[in-house]
Amino acid sequence: MSTDSAVMDHHVEDDQNLWEGGKEPFKASYGKLMMWYFLLSDAFTFAGFLIAYGALRFSSPTWPVPDFVFSTAPFGIHGAPLIFVTVMSFLLIISSVTMVRAVQEGHRENKKGVAFWMFLTVLGGLGFLSCQAWEWTNLIATENMTVNINPFGTHTESGVYLNEDGSPSDETFNPGSSYLIHMAGAHHGEEHAEEGGDHGAEAHASTEPGDYPGYVINEDGYKQRKFVVQGGPNDGAVMAEAFGPKAFGALFFFITGFHGFHVFSGVMFLLIIMINAMSGVYVARRNGYEMVEKIGLYWHFVDLVWVFVFLVFYLL
Amino acid sequence: MSHLSYEESKKMVFKGLWILAAVTLLEVVISLFGKGHIIEGMHENTVVFFITGLIIIALSLYKAYFIIYDFMHMRYEVKGLAMSVLLPTVLLIWAIIAFFQEGNAWKSRRQQVNEQNKEQRVEPSQQEGFVPADTKRINKF
Repeated sequence: MSTDSAVMDHHVEDDQNLWEGGKEPFKASYGKLMMWYFLLSDAFTFAGFLIAYGALRFSSPTWPVPDFVFSTAPFGIHGAPLIFVTVMSFLLIISSVTMVRAVQEGHRENKKGVAFWMFLTVLGGLGFLSCQAWEWTNLIATENMTVNINPFGTHTESGVYLNEDGSPSDETFNPGSSYLIHMAGAHHGEEHAEEGGDHGAEAHASTEPGDYPGYVINEDGYKQRKFVVQGGPNDGAVMAEAFGPKAFGALFFFITGFHGFHVFSGVMFLLIIMINAMSGVYVARRNGYEMVEKIGLYWHFVDLVWVFVFLVFYLL
Repeated sequence: MSHLSYEESKKMVFKGLWILAAVTLLEVVISLFGKGHIIEGMHENTVVFFITGLIIIALSLYKAYFIIYDFMHMRYEVKGLAMSVLLPTVLLIWAIIAFFQEGNAWKSRRQQVNEQNKEQRVEPSQQEGFVPADTKRINKF
């Protein structure tokens, strides 16, 4: 049974006061067409953000490597690059699929089906938001990234790290290898699998800002380890770990935050429309649950944006 | 607005789930491969870096196409609607080229400024704050 011809018949009557002139432009109802144009404008907003990210990334000599920055997951998993964000992507994809099912049940005027599949969609959205909350908490509280401090740096030369007392250690690195600048005095023995294991003893070391033999503690309490450069124009120089490009933190929090806010408002609208659907509001309208279709468009758009956020922040 | 039957469209949905999940997984594997997590040292090869990047971008665009055309039912809309929504995004191609070019220019300009700052000594007048710090550099040009 094709339900869409039935849907079309009702559009004309329902939207007569909004969409006068007797004919629907593009054979779409007023609400659906305007949802498409809203999504177009929203796409430009996101594109603006993501292009700004690209331009700033191009303008920096180094950039934090995503598979180093995003390599932690809940339950004490470390050194698992991109696994957690892949799970987040799957959650959004699955919730998109359940949303399509809700729209289809709406076309059949199946109230129970609409409510059931919308409920699953809400669960998917909430799951995604929880994952994002964990990711942000980890970045802010454990890894000490802020909007204008980016502790994820990249080496541009090869060299050897110094021990606490200023003597060369056996920890070497090459250009392009990443590091995370910790807070002085923090317990971080296992924060990153790539780092050497013997940091546990540092817990009682000084946390006063200053220049120490093996490290520098800056005014914010970050501990920048010192190293000796090997080879290149700076051969033999002792340097401290530099902070990564400043823009990274702001871009990350603003763009994923803006997307997360879209997911959050999407969940709210889904809940409202789900409750309306269950109370029978849309049965009376007899237009194939068009409201469900409109919020569906929005929800798929949120998934669509995540495809590109995922691409530029995590994959490239 | 011709459509599939209910049973067919139900099948399409779950086919879509597998396509999106598989493409996402493939993207992650390719990305990790390009970053040297699967074969050691692969990330030092710039050709591999560019090719994996291009493949990932192409796969993401495919995902976007799939979501818009199948999940958002753009396939079943009138052509005018589809074009009025999709054509404006073509402007973004210009924006991407222009702003990435701009980013590159910032990078080389920053390097220039850094080199000049190394050579340049501060004039007494600048120390006292009579002349803006940039004056010396502007004169040089």
